[in-house]
Amino acid sequence: MPFRYLQHIATADIAFEAWGKDLPELFRSAADAVTNTMVSDLESIAPGKKLEFDVSHEDLDLLLFNFLQELVYFKDAQKLLLRVPEVSITRGKSGYTLKASAFGEELDAEKHHLIVDVKAITLYRFAVRRVEKGWEATVVVDV
Amino acid sequence: MAIPSAVRKISETIWELPVSYKEGMLVPARIYATEKLLREMDDGVFEQVTNVACLPGIVKYSYCMPDGHWGYGFPIGGMAAMDPGKGVISPGGIGFDINCGMRLVLTNLTYDEVRPRIRELVDALFYRVPAGVGSTGFVKLSHDEFCQVAEKGSRWCLRNGYAWPEDIEMTEEGGCFAGADASKISKKAMDRGYNQIGTLGSGNHYLEIQVARPENIHDPETARTFGITLPNQIVVMLHCGSRGFGHQVATDYLQLFLSVVERKYGIKVKDRELSCAPFNSPEGRDYFAAMKCAVNMAFANRQVIVHRIREVFSEFFNKSPEDLGMNMVYDVAHNTAKLEKHSVEGKRKELLIHRKGSTRAFGPGMEGIPACYSETGQPVIIGGSMETGSYLLAGMKTADQAFFTTAHGSGRTMSRHQAKKMIRGQKLQREMEERGIYVRTASWGGLAEEAGIAYKDIDSVAEATELAGLSRRIVRLLPVGNIKG
Repeated sequence: MPFRYLQHIATADIAFEAWGKDLPELFRSAADAVTNTMVSDLESIAPGKKLEFDVSHEDLDLLLFNFLQELVYFKDAQKLLLRVPEVSITRGKSGYTLKASAFGEELDAEKHHLIVDVKAITLYRFAVRRVEKGWEATVVVDV
Repeated sequence: MAIPSAVRKISETIWELPVSYKEGMLVPARIYATEKLLREMDDGVFEQVTNVACLPGIVKYSYCMPDGHWGYGFPIGGMAAMDPGKGVISPGGIGFDINCGMRLVLTNLTYDEVRPRIRELVDALFYRVPAGVGSTGFVKLSHDEFCQVAEKGSRWCLRNGYAWPEDIEMTEEGGCFAGADASKISKKAMDRGYNQIGTLGSGNHYLEIQVARPENIHDPETARTFGITLPNQIVVMLHCGSRGFGHQVATDYLQLFLSVVERKYGIKVKDRELSCAPFNSPEGRDYFAAMKCAVNMAFANRQVIVHRIREVFSEFFNKSPEDLGMNMVYDVAHNTAKLEKHSVEGKRKELLIHRKGSTRAFGPGMEGIPACYSETGQPVIIGGSMETGSYLLAGMKTADQAFFTTAHGSGRTMSRHQAKKMIRGQKLQREMEERGIYVRTASWGGLAEEAGIAYKDIDSVAEATELAGLSRRIVRLLPVGNIKG
């Protein structure tokens, strides 16, 4: 898995590090890490529904913040557990724009092993970094 | 954890970090704790309580309560009073779960009457009170009706048959923060919250059946005033907040404040989670009005859940909720910002009090608490872990030193992953049942994360608040049955 949960950053909550060879891969990994906080087996999410959304921000790190926040929104507003296989990011004059194609299904306590609700993505120690092998991010989620 | 060497001991329960500790501190930071609790605090507490001390308009001290631990922006257990004219409002001083709080309901049942049927009772509550990830409630509302909930709180519940008239009086601020304005709420916040009224949520949220054993009553007279009159009396405690609605309000305004804090207002904050705006600014006023909507939704959420609990008990014991004596002791919020009048250097002043994982604890004779508690001080409810118990306390006159604020819970000491590595949910459930606590959960993994071992000792926290003169212990309540979200 291109992410790992960190033990000692957030006593009361969940922290993770995600990575990818490029930005779309990093964003996909981070999305899986957020969803995996709520459901124990990502493979149990069937591709029943498809949806597309886009987010933008002038800063790259807050683009990731807004993107992950969308997953939390769809979880409550439409009860959807989502995976995001396709992400494209473009950079224009006013900053970054991201287009995402997601799939997923309504959460079902019988089918999905649900763990804990993600309340919010936080900015505590939130960081997106360029590294030798590509990109990395640190994220703490409030649960 | 290492305590910073600059920490000065003021008394057995007060520790201070001076303004020289960090550049930009406007006031000293004060941590309320016994030496033992102070030593157990994580480094985040010292970093964050001193970051808060740098916020414009802060009055007297930046405070942290004995259950303090690392949080977002403010530490959990944090409290800061701001001058409304010169100071700021920050979502980081309130928390993502706006008006997360505690509610305590009485019964006239005893342990002997409930114990033989505890499994069935907990099961019945578990099926009727939705809990867990993404759960939705039985109250179906349009967006317009939801706006009414957001602006009226528990008063909406009274009008719609989900509350007794006295429930309103027994809720902090009468279950409604005046000045809530639903036009300051985003569609996203609405979408996330309008179908979640009457749901517990997950994480550390719970509904618990508890017993007040005679040996755990610290002050029988005040306990009687609070409605604890029978030996081994059964009570019901609730811990939850404003669900996805409040989380989105906090997120929306965190994003807004991030874009204006430095660019428009020239305020440099030590942590992006402390993003803020002057209280007296368009952004500050909008957030205050939106936050109040989330506060009111949380009061309504707990009220609707209490309505459900009364229905279940009534069907189960074949008596009306009135005949079962299911009156409320009190409902206290522990994640809010509120304008209150307090004495500062001998003068009455209106202050914006941020309480983040800390509880209002008004003392005897103060305005704003029900008449029946005017001699005792307001009831304060501090929730412990599902294995160890909780406390009912009372406000004290001496809490003026901290703008009448006390602790809110026991505070975690172990990460969720560490707890899950050490403990298995199913095994924990069996072991707890052997000890007389029957638990139902929406998630086995979630249950393991909430094991008692992951939390601070609640007895030490409650005792520390009493030693410091913030709140005094009235009854220690032990769990008998628990529903964990």
